[in-house]
Amino acid sequence: MTAFILRRLLGMVLVLFLVSVLVFVIFIVVPGGDPASRMAGKNPTRQNVINIRHKWGFDRPFYVQYYEMMKKAVTGVLPGPHGQYDVLRSFQNQTDVVQQIKRGMPATFSLAIGAGIIWLTFGIIVGTIAAVTAGGLSDRGITILALIGISMPVFWLGIVSRYFLAEKNSWFPDGEYVPLTQSPVQWAYHLILPWFVLAVLFIGFYGRVLRSNILDTINEDYVRTAKAKGLSPKTVMRKHVLRNSMIPIVTLFGLDFAAVLGGGAILTETVFDLHGVGQYAAESVGDLDLPPIMGVTLYGAFFIVLFSAIIDVLYAFLDPRIRPT
Amino acid sequence: MSAEPLLEVRGLKVRFATEDGIVRAVDGVDFELNEGRVLGIVGESGSGKSVTAMTVLGLTRDKNARFDGEVRYRGADLLPMSEPQLRGYRGREIAMIFQDPMTSLNPVHRVGDQIVESIVTHEGTRRRLAKRRAVELLRRVGIPNAAQRAEDYPHQFSGGMRQRAMIAMALACAPQLLIADEPTTALDVTIQAQIIELLRSLVEERKMALILITHDLGVVANIAQDILVMYAGRVVERSDKRGIFYDPQMPYTWGLLGSIPRLDRPKPEKLYSISGLPPSLIRLPRGCAFRPRCPHAFDRCFEEPPLADRIENPDHLDRCWLSVDEKRVLRVATISGERAA
Repeated sequence: MTAFILRRLLGMVLVLFLVSVLVFVIFIVVPGGDPASRMAGKNPTRQNVINIRHKWGFDRPFYVQYYEMMKKAVTGVLPGPHGQYDVLRSFQNQTDVVQQIKRGMPATFSLAIGAGIIWLTFGIIVGTIAAVTAGGLSDRGITILALIGISMPVFWLGIVSRYFLAEKNSWFPDGEYVPLTQSPVQWAYHLILPWFVLAVLFIGFYGRVLRSNILDTINEDYVRTAKAKGLSPKTVMRKHVLRNSMIPIVTLFGLDFAAVLGGGAILTETVFDLHGVGQYAAESVGDLDLPPIMGVTLYGAFFIVLFSAIIDVLYAFLDPRIRPT
Repeated sequence: MSAEPLLEVRGLKVRFATEDGIVRAVDGVDFELNEGRVLGIVGESGSGKSVTAMTVLGLTRDKNARFDGEVRYRGADLLPMSEPQLRGYRGREIAMIFQDPMTSLNPVHRVGDQIVESIVTHEGTRRRLAKRRAVELLRRVGIPNAAQRAEDYPHQFSGGMRQRAMIAMALACAPQLLIADEPTTALDVTIQAQIIELLRSLVEERKMALILITHDLGVVANIAQDILVMYAGRVVERSDKRGIFYDPQMPYTWGLLGSIPRLDRPKPEKLYSISGLPPSLIRLPRGCAFRPRCPHAFDRCFEEPPLADRIENPDHLDRCWLSVDEKRVLRVATISGERAA
């Protein structure tokens, strides 16, 4: 176990390093990326731009710039007070990137956890019902609904549901995030729409995947053995079919959940104005503001790497065949 | 002592509706089995032997399946029974073990727990007691360090051990009838003999009846008292073991006997093999189903032969139009392989 954790930590550092280099390089190559000319405002003089470039260090070799940026990012994450210029700051408005991400995290976490519970629960229910009634009316109905769910783009579904359910009829609050600590009821009330809008796509997708997994598992010899033992259909389903069909779902869920935690639900966060990490990422990309983009990307990558390690542990727990003996 | 047989199958027909037509998987099978007896059901793949056995436990039930006839266990017809009623028999009265022990155990549950599951379901025993019994059963079927191995997962067992574990699981609730569907087919030859020997000793010890399904007459030779030879969903010959091995009446049975390599006879030039393939169960040949592959077929074989006593032994029935004398002459060549076909 210790070796596993060490290996994973090393892998994590490597992944974060590669991701950061990639973001940095892409940013240098991308046109219109020169921060100095953007910061200089409209119609700057040449000297103006040169001064800014020098002051911010944009005239130094890119690896020095990269090193400085990473040093600041790491410093910003470490606890304790830091000097004004020791932390990663936005080129655009000089805000502390780490603080901005931290401010967005409660909204993003609330969105991810709520939506994750909803899509996993409904995905399992929908997939199981479809598999049990395979070929029947409810299976066909679910298949059509699932395809509709998968095909509806989040921004469209989000805007439409916000318009009809929150603006035209004020059944739900119109966007914004209310902290859990402030009012748990308002927190949940404000999040219901974003949760479901985000979950719809995943419910359809998970339902489809689980349905086919179950249909594969049902024909396994060990399921016949379980029936021959005289187990009830419920027990056969729960202990012998679902238990085995869920293994691939765990992988899917881990990665999807990590992506949303990592600020991946950009569209949902933006449409519902939740001010989460995803929305922050979207704004930063719009401004071509490298430090926040770097910060948000590393933050997201961290969750992906962390959750893939968690999945590996869970996987070994669920499937004894891959457990090291 | 009642005269009622433990299991009585009468006119059993199983048909499956498929896209290509109706598959007559079992087409009128009759047999009975008394307590403590061992019945071998022999035939090629697709002869309906597995379907017959699984139908006894209702495991072939499906919306595309149609059943006719009777399957009486201690007088009660299992065929029309509801699923919940039938579950009381599965595993408790009648247990089954399957062909491939590599895939018949659930890979994600411990071997011991899979045995416990059966005991708890049928007897409501406490887990700890059930666990102790599971270990006892594993020990009985010859698993070394049973207490420790009960905690293992199936992938940590070898093929032979898994089949032993399957047997332990089947025995968990002390069933009166065990159905073993090709229990040795997927195993090494040396392990095969051990498994058959284990089954034989268990049957003796527990006074349990056994239906042993196999395509290999050699496997049933040591254990079965009665043998049913099936072809294309029908019983083509039925007798006690002596009758099948020493006075076989059906050319198909000769073929099966001739295809067993034997060390007690002069080595034939070539081991006999039955030419051709079993017929499609959707479109059976007219008359005797074995006619197209039978080297001795003649005009009359276009008429279907009934299963009848032809050698003045009411316990030895067959479906062949050849006269008894003709058979006794013709079969020698097939069985001993002198004139390999």
